[in-house]
Amino acid sequence: MLSKKNKEALFNPLSKDNPILVQILGICSSLAVTASLEPAIVMGISVICVLAFSNVIISFLRKTVPTNIRIIVQLVVVAALVIIVQQVLTAYQYDVSKKLSVFIGLIITNCILMGRLEAFAMHNSPWPSFLDGIGNGLGYTIILVIVAFFRELLGSGKIFGQPVIPQWCYDHGYMDNGLMILPPMALITLGCIIWVHRARNKDLQED
Amino acid sequence: MNKIEPAFRPGGKLSKLESVYDGMETFLFTPNATSRTGAHIHDGNDLKRTMITVVVALLPALLFGMYNIGCQHYLAIGEDVGHFTKFVYGLLAMLPVIVVSYAVGLGIEFIGAQIHHKEIQEGFLVTGILIPLIVPINTPLWMTAIATAFAVIFAKEIFGGTGMNIFNVALITRAFLFFAYPSHMSGDAPFVKLDSAFGMGAGTPVEAFTGATPLGQVATSVGEPTMTNIVNHPISLFDAITGFIPGSPGETSMIAILIGAAILLITGIASWRIMCSVFVGGLGMAALVHLPALQSTTYPASMLDPVMQLCLGGFAFGAVFMATDPVTGARTKVGQYIYGLLIGVFAILIRVYNSGYPEGMMLAILLMNAFAPLIDHCVVSSNIKRRARRAAAKVKEG
Repeated sequence: MLSKKNKEALFNPLSKDNPILVQILGICSSLAVTASLEPAIVMGISVICVLAFSNVIISFLRKTVPTNIRIIVQLVVVAALVIIVQQVLTAYQYDVSKKLSVFIGLIITNCILMGRLEAFAMHNSPWPSFLDGIGNGLGYTIILVIVAFFRELLGSGKIFGQPVIPQWCYDHGYMDNGLMILPPMALITLGCIIWVHRARNKDLQED
Repeated sequence: MNKIEPAFRPGGKLSKLESVYDGMETFLFTPNATSRTGAHIHDGNDLKRTMITVVVALLPALLFGMYNIGCQHYLAIGEDVGHFTKFVYGLLAMLPVIVVSYAVGLGIEFIGAQIHHKEIQEGFLVTGILIPLIVPINTPLWMTAIATAFAVIFAKEIFGGTGMNIFNVALITRAFLFFAYPSHMSGDAPFVKLDSAFGMGAGTPVEAFTGATPLGQVATSVGEPTMTNIVNHPISLFDAITGFIPGSPGETSMIAILIGAAILLITGIASWRIMCSVFVGGLGMAALVHLPALQSTTYPASMLDPVMQLCLGGFAFGAVFMATDPVTGARTKVGQYIYGLLIGVFAILIRVYNSGYPEGMMLAILLMNAFAPLIDHCVVSSNIKRRARRAAAKVKEG
């Protein structure tokens, strides 16, 4: 079940081959949905589901799909799964789905999805593809959560919507940093994470 | 200084602080590394001398800024005191900001240089004095500290330090404050210091007190814009030129800024092409929006007289000290004209048509900072093309 290769497919994307930090994919959505933790986590879970199942489906179809229309087939599969996720969210998590607005729909255009389908699912059997989808989705989610944690903490003084900065700080003149709520700061936060990550993994540094 | 030198060279017990030592030595003495033989043309101006000249050029604005802080303060609390008291109050009010700005900025630069074992570049000498001049006097010190640290790290160090930055570091500091803590950067509160400075000049504001800057008032006014000083007397062009109006410390007085401009131009440090074209661009745009057909009460700033427009807010200060920054500005001659003109045009455009940003100069300069390399590239490549055509024509003739 978990051979060495499968383990790599599952765990490599968490850090050494992280879709955001190393492959620099899915930046757009990670800037848009990380103003607070809750939407970031819901977004992460949605991407994990879509990525894992689309990987499996494409992997099953990989021998029957003619090469010249493979992108269209992949898109149809992803779009169908995204619509399912969207409907589930509107049914059970209406507030969050309002917050995420178009970004759930835009999972279709998330580069991580097409990247994994093309690079992995088209050449591997369903079970490794499933693990690869879970791994990459998790790698994406971890980064989303880290960025959202800092942005929500510094930007609105809250974590999961709960105020965590004590009142006496505000009384002594502390203020929430409005810039953290704006997308530019998400990019800079992400840059800092990449900075720390590269500094710790010497083999990833390029000249 | 020479006696303690060996301790800092590799092998010495303080060798970890070599960069710090070098920095201090060249700051205090002329560097030893001037050529002694042969036909070298050497300008005695190294980076540090250039920087110090700019600081000297900033002094009039700084001193007037301090005096004006005192003036506004005592006007607000309705006390009549001597000029010297006003100046000392302003000095005491500004001193902490200057100290914080230098301590944070130089601290980060020293640490950065030491980590990379590079020579310390004193680029922060000017930035450190610009920051207190463009940050409203009431900004809490910790905000200034965070903004300075952010600007030095993210606008300068990650691009490779002094001389490599794309954006003006002092303006990034202000932009950070502006977007992060908007309530401390515009409106009634930030520009006039009301509480006492080190126990000096305590008092309560008089009844008619309003603290908004003239441009802030224009942006929020309905119909014909009216500008008043902090105790509700109308402001004339003369006030705007002498600078007895509320605003960031360095930006209020046209006279002080023009003295600084003269110093920069005489010593040849700032580019007169940029400076002039900013004013021309700003004046042109202000005159354009002032045309009867384009004036409207929806955009109250369009009803300002063009000359008044240039004398208010940070326009002049930005044009003289920020736009001319040789690192972030355009370098080709034609490019400098284009760069300057567009700064002036955008500053007025933002002021007039976006009431959310009553002060457009900061955003205009930062925007054009981003485009300066592109402008230079276009100028250079069009030069190359023109010469290639000329050469081709010659070949044909010959």
